[in-house]
Parts: sequence; C-alpha cells; structure tokens
Amino acid sequence: MATTDAATAAPKKRSLLRADAAQKLLAFSALILIFIFFSLASPFFRTPDNISSILVATAVNGVLALGVTFVIITAGIDLSVGTVMTLSAVMTGVAVTNQGLPVPVGIVVGLLTGTTAGLLSGLMIARMKIPPFIATLGMMMIARGLSLVISGVKPIYFNDTPGFRDIMMGSVVGAVIPGFSVPNAVFILFGASLVAAFILGKTVLGRYAVAIGSNEEATRLSGVNVANWKTAIYALGGAFSGLAGVMIASRLNSAQPALGIGYELEAIAAVVIGGTSLSGGEGTILGTLIGALIISTLTNGLRILSVPQEWQMVITGVIVVLAVYLDIIRRRGR
Amino acid sequence: MAEEPILFLQSVSKRFGAVEALTDVDFEVRPGEVMALVGDNGAGKSTLIKGIAGIYPFDGGQMFWEGKPVKIHGPRDVAPLGIEIVYQDLALADNLDVVANMFLGRERISSFRRLNEAEMEKECSETLKSLSVTTVRSVRQAVAELSGGQRQAIAVAKAVMWNSKVVILDEPTAALGVAQTRQVLDLVRRLADRGLGVVIISHNLHDVFEVADRITVLRLGRRVAVLKSSETNQQEVVHAITAGKLDTVPGMVVQ
Repeated sequence: MATTDAATAAPKKRSLLRADAAQKLLAFSALILIFIFFSLASPFFRTPDNISSILVATAVNGVLALGVTFVIITAGIDLSVGTVMTLSAVMTGVAVTNQGLPVPVGIVVGLLTGTTAGLLSGLMIARMKIPPFIATLGMMMIARGLSLVISGVKPIYFNDTPGFRDIMMGSVVGAVIPGFSVPNAVFILFGASLVAAFILGKTVLGRYAVAIGSNEEATRLSGVNVANWKTAIYALGGAFSGLAGVMIASRLNSAQPALGIGYELEAIAAVVIGGTSLSGGEGTILGTLIGALIISTLTNGLRILSVPQEWQMVITGVIVVLAVYLDIIRRRGR
Repeated sequence: MAEEPILFLQSVSKRFGAVEALTDVDFEVRPGEVMALVGDNGAGKSTLIKGIAGIYPFDGGQMFWEGKPVKIHGPRDVAPLGIEIVYQDLALADNLDVVANMFLGRERISSFRRLNEAEMEKECSETLKSLSVTTVRSVRQAVAELSGGQRQAIAVAKAVMWNSKVVILDEPTAALGVAQTRQVLDLVRRLADRGLGVVIISHNLHDVFEVADRITVLRLGRRVAVLKSSETNQQEVVHAITAGKLDTVPGMVVQ
C-alpha cells in the first residue's frame, strides 16, 4: 500500500532501483574476478583456444537464456527449454540426415519445432491457466520423450553434410581476416542478442512482457490482450530454444537425444545472475549475457583445474542460490 | 447546469444469486460536472461501476450514452464510447516509466514495428502539462519512484488522454496524504472544467464536498438521494447514507 507520503517513500524506492544497476555491476565484476582467478591458477586458461571454447559453450546456453529472459520478465518460468532444444536438434537431424533435405530447410525445421513447443506451453499457461512451472515441466518431459522416440534413442549424425558443423565451429571472420578465427558461434550469439535486445527494448512485445510481469491486472485493464501476448512470449522463448537446438547439433555434428536435462537450469541461472527478477517486471539482455558468461567461464575454469564434476555442480548451485538471494534482498521492503 | 446527461442509467439492477446488489437504480452524470457516488460498504457503489465498466453487466434496466441506448457486453466496449475508469491500486505497472504507462495498450508504432518513443513522450508531456500535473520531474521515471499522489495523477491523466468524455475514479484519494489529496482533487476539478463528466467514488465526505457538484447516495442497492453539494451538508449526506430517509432530506433534486 502506498500510504507513505512522498518525502519518505520516494528516496527509498530510488535506492532500490540503484540496487538494480548495482547487481549488474556486481555480476560484471564477478565475471572479471573469475577470469582473473582462473588466469592466475592455470596458464592454459588464457589460451585463445580455451577462450574460444568458453565462448562456444556460452553461445548455446546464452541463446537459451535469451528466450528464458523474456519468460521470466513476465514473472513466468520455462523449464522445457533444454529438452525443447534437444527435440529441435533431433528434428533438424531427421530433416537433414534421414530425409536428405537441404541444411537451410533443416534449420527452419529446428526453429519451427522450438517455436511450436513454446507456443503450446504458452497456450497451456495463458488459455488453460496451468501454472507456468507445471505446464513447462510437462513440456520438458514431452519434448524429452519425443526426442528419444523420434531418434530411436540413437544419435543422428550429420556426416553427409560436411558444411553443417561449420555453422557453429567455422569462422567466416577468420576467412576474411587471417589469424582472427573467432568461431561463428560467437557471432550467432551476438546477433541473437541484438535481436532479443531490440524486441525487449523497442517493440510492443517487450513492453508488454515488462507490463505483464509488473502488474498483469493493470495491463489487462489497459486493454492489452494478456493471454495472446503471453502465448507469443512463450513462443518467442521456444524459437530461441529452437535456434539453440540447431547450434548444439552443429557444434556436436550430431543430434544427441539424451542431452538437454540441466540446460534449463543453467539458462535460468544465467538469467537470474544477470539481474532479471524472478518476480517479473525487470530484466536486461546484457545482464543475461553476463550471467551466461559467468556460468560457462566457471564451468570451464573448474574443469581446467581438474575439479571433479560433482563439485562443479555444487559450486554452480551455490552461486545460483546466492544470486537469487541478492534478488530477494533487493526487493525486500518494496 | 441545464445540459442533458452524457451517461444515464435507467433503473438498472444486478443480482448475484440470491443477493440483490442493485435494485432499480437511476444514475446520471452531465458533461462538466463532478458527480460523487457515496454509500456505506455493500451499498452497491462498486457493482454500479463494474456494471458501467462491463465487468459485471447489468441484469435489468437500460444504459444511455449521449441520449442513445447502448448495451455493454464486456470491458472492451466501454473505452470506444469514451468512458475511462481509474481503478484503485490497479491502474499502473510499477516497472514501466510514466510514458509507457500512459500509452499502455495503445502504443504508437513507427517503422519496423518499433515503438515511437519520441512521439509518445511528447504527447505524454503535453497531456500532463495541459492538466497542470507539474510535480512529476521526468516522464522517464519508473512509476515505482513516484509518490502516491503523483501515481494517482498519472492514472487520471492516462484516463483522459484518449479524448474520453466520462472518467470514473474509484477512491482516488484513499491512500493519499493531505497535500497529495489536494493535488488530486484539483486535478479532478480541472477535468470537469474541461467539459468531462467525472464520477468519483469516495468514503471521505470532506473530499466529496470539496470537489463534487452533485452527490448520489446509494443504500442497500437502492438510490436514496441525489443532492446538490451546494444545497446540503455532511450531516444530511451521512443521514442519507445510514438511514436513507429520502423524504426528509432537504436539497433533494427531483428529476
């Protein structure tokens, strides 16, 4: 209730908003510190090859996280992005390898698969009023099951299409500027981020995502068709999962049907570390990118230091909990 | 005030199961007047407003808009007529700035489906200026940063921005301090001076007498009085709200 008068209420709320910028700065500082720490701890960490592999790993998780950013800004959640990514990869594999269709068609099939899954989640949430957690948990299992059924529980390789792997791992820039062979994956992530930032900041869809997460009832009373826009936002999230599916298939030169579980949590972690609030209404694409970089840098560095994978999970888990705790501190008293 | 009512409800009623929330209620507001709607809790004020808003359409009676009968089927039918409702506590999205809130649901779009921020900002500033809402430092502030009075002013400005002819305000001063209440009441008065019909629901009779030209009193789902605020006093209104002794209340305007 806004019963406090202007003099006391206004400065308190302003300081809360400063804390929002502070979290992004904090995340960025954390990224720098993590980078410095691993650079000192292992000479191999700073090698161009390793940095390139960090960036390629960031690309897939980052693109997933871009889609999740929109969903979380509406105060929703999408647990299905990891397995939807896998399903999209499998569908691309079916199109390209099993059906012998051209690679661009396979890419479109992957994108459409992700978008359709997101659309269905959105319809369940917006029309059938199923809570996002449950609806997307269902979609997570549906997508995983379908991936296994369609692929016959076997990986689908892209051996007949040698160019497919170059989508991610080739370097268009390296061909133009010799010696500067940054993998395409980095530019795909960069391009997808620009598109996401444009949609979030400059279009009605982004505006309504923030409005719905901020005050769904006010948005409805303002004449916005909340159900339709929510559906569109989940479909957009699904499209990013579809893109991630094509990307991971290209990176591994195969569609691995058993993959995908756990990716959704890393994506959500990246979004939250980047300062997007789980209670909705605020979030940025830049923050999500920083969050995704933190996760993949950490994973990479810990592996280089030969930290057992079990402990890597523990550390990642602790960081996610800390990030969410910071989010809670930030909005306490609002 | 010889003008015809812009909005006129003729013996509307509404039932919720066995409960008769409104019984044959007449209600009107004329252009350029502030009509207060008062009554105790459960008197039917909210039901009446929600009926006009199309949230709970009336069971019986007829609504007239600018003299013509109209039928409201849902909330989407109301704004096109020129009726805007400012709901208590539900009006704004905190994380959006003033401009985004004012245009929520009716954004201006430029090429490549981009939001036309420059135009929206300009129109927003102009609207606030024309309503003498000068306390908001920047229209790019998130509304979470604004005081309660500023938020209410923005919510009201949002409602009048769309060439609306009737604005309905649900308890606009309920959460405000003295100075902020003053500002909002001044704003309400300015709306009426521009020729809008304003309906204000309030529990605060002091505010009602500050701003209203006429007062409609509801009691137990019936209209028990329509009073000119210049010809009555708080005691009589309280009497009408509680006892509803229609015949004995002086200053009653007979239609």
